[in-house]
Amino acid sequence: MKTVYWLIKREFWEHRGGFFWAPVITSGVFLLLNLMGIVVAEVTGARNNFFGAFGSSDSMKLSDMVHSLDAHQMDLVGQGLDVAMMSASFLISVVFCFVVFFYCLGALYDDRRDRSILFWKSLPISNTQTVLSKVIAASVAAPFIAIVCGVLTGFAMLLLFAITLSLHGVGVWSLLTLAHPFHVIGFMLGSLPVYMLWSLPTVGWLMLCSSWARSKPFLWAVVIPVAVGVVLGWFHLLGVLELRADWYWREVLVRVLFSVFPGGWLQNAELVHIDHDPHAVIDFLSLSNSYSVLAKPNIWIGAAVGVAMLAGATWFRRWRDDS
Amino acid sequence: MNAVVTASGLSKHYNNTLALDNVSFTIQPGRIVGLIGPNGAGKTTVLKAILGLTDFQGQLNVLGLDPRTQRDKLMEQMCFIADVAVLPRWLRVREAVDFVANVHPRFNRAKCEAFLARTKLTPDQRVRQMSKGMIVQLHLALVMAIDARVLVLDEPTLGLDILYRKQFYQSLLEEYFDDNKTIIVTTHQVEEIEHILTDLMFIRDGKIVLDTDMEAVGERFAEVMVSADMAATARQLNPLDERQVFGKSIFLFDGVDHARLQALGEIRRPSVSDLFVATMKGTYA
Repeated sequence: MKTVYWLIKREFWEHRGGFFWAPVITSGVFLLLNLMGIVVAEVTGARNNFFGAFGSSDSMKLSDMVHSLDAHQMDLVGQGLDVAMMSASFLISVVFCFVVFFYCLGALYDDRRDRSILFWKSLPISNTQTVLSKVIAASVAAPFIAIVCGVLTGFAMLLLFAITLSLHGVGVWSLLTLAHPFHVIGFMLGSLPVYMLWSLPTVGWLMLCSSWARSKPFLWAVVIPVAVGVVLGWFHLLGVLELRADWYWREVLVRVLFSVFPGGWLQNAELVHIDHDPHAVIDFLSLSNSYSVLAKPNIWIGAAVGVAMLAGATWFRRWRDDS
Repeated sequence: MNAVVTASGLSKHYNNTLALDNVSFTIQPGRIVGLIGPNGAGKTTVLKAILGLTDFQGQLNVLGLDPRTQRDKLMEQMCFIADVAVLPRWLRVREAVDFVANVHPRFNRAKCEAFLARTKLTPDQRVRQMSKGMIVQLHLALVMAIDARVLVLDEPTLGLDILYRKQFYQSLLEEYFDDNKTIIVTTHQVEEIEHILTDLMFIRDGKIVLDTDMEAVGERFAEVMVSADMAATARQLNPLDERQVFGKSIFLFDGVDHARLQALGEIRRPSVSDLFVATMKGTYA
């Protein structure tokens, strides 16, 4: 256990840039963009005399608006704030997804290429421990850091808006209480186990390629599933195969290449009502919705296949002899 | 004492080429064995087999364990330095020490730090900022602090200048090696290790062509400087090799009675490199 802990630490040392600095910088950029947006709004507002047109009554008006909200609208505002908070996490997720994808591709390949695998293999570490530590780094440690960054950025962004509006004399602090930050944090952290299971087929496939390929793991990882899809489609066109090609693309290729993107399991939920019903957002982004995917075989089959591919990666790690 | 390494009938194919051809040998504890051969002779394959890094046919027993199936356990008692390029470039000195200290049960941190204190390495330095010699110093500091029973060195001083090379072997001899440890080393810089070796193994085309200890080398092989008039007589004794120096011929004999050679001229113990060159004649032809 101690060895695995230090192996994970080792991964973090090597990939500090991807695991830590990438989400931090993304957060910074996100906040900066928001700030720039606010400045643009202020400048445009002042130039068009938007505020001046109403004299000093505009802020009154805004605060009046705030006060005149009925319960339903209050709900809407709250949901809006939740979504705004999540939007920071969404941007970080996109970056995080790339980081993890390429991390997995390089995890069992880079040290073979620079031959430092000989150093790691000169230590009493089993290949299972090595692969396990890399899986934990990719599907627990890295997303955890991304979530923490996302939450902090979300808070910072709400704060930024609150301060800006306060400068206009609008007491929005009360509005902020309409948001459900703890719900949002709970949802994101609580979804971590689901994410782990969900991402296993992609993590497994990428690491299998990483461990198996003698060169260019990225090409193999992408070309093989795409080629299989094309061949299946071709057979389907010939009428030889009953299998629908779109099923393959959706249920195999996407799962094998893109499941590191967080929230992929939410796709089946009904999103159409969100416009009308504020609770739809909170229902959609709820742990029960997240965990409902566990009732479907998809995630479990994917996880099992992922574990099998990781076992293959471990085997190749042991016997691939090219250093 | 039990042998540290026992190999019998070791064979290994790479596609169509035979890297090891039915090799058998034993290595006793407390020895420093030089495994010497031309490029592509199978040295590294032997080491990889011992380290459990490659599959092979035949029997191999290292410290009572099978390197194919019990590798993780074996590596607690065995260390290796493969060559200078092996430490990952992003690693810092501090991280390397921390990591090995926490994953290796036989690592002595104080010993490692004492060794590092005598170098110019600083804790925050990354491998990518080091010269080749410094990388080897770091690697050696890590390895020497591990109380292992077998140390395998595969071209450890490749690309180092003479100062680093001397220091490397000196540290090994003075501060690491003892009767309970065994060192197996391959190198092309034969002259530098010849005085520290206790055993010699020549490998050629996947076969062990010479397996002897250094004392026996002096008894078995002899280098004789013969004046021109005696050269014909010397040639009749089937010398391994003949070369000309200052109008005299130097002959290398294998297993010829020293009393008979005495009559031809002055006898010397051949250097390992001369022996090597004579044994490997025609390898690349």
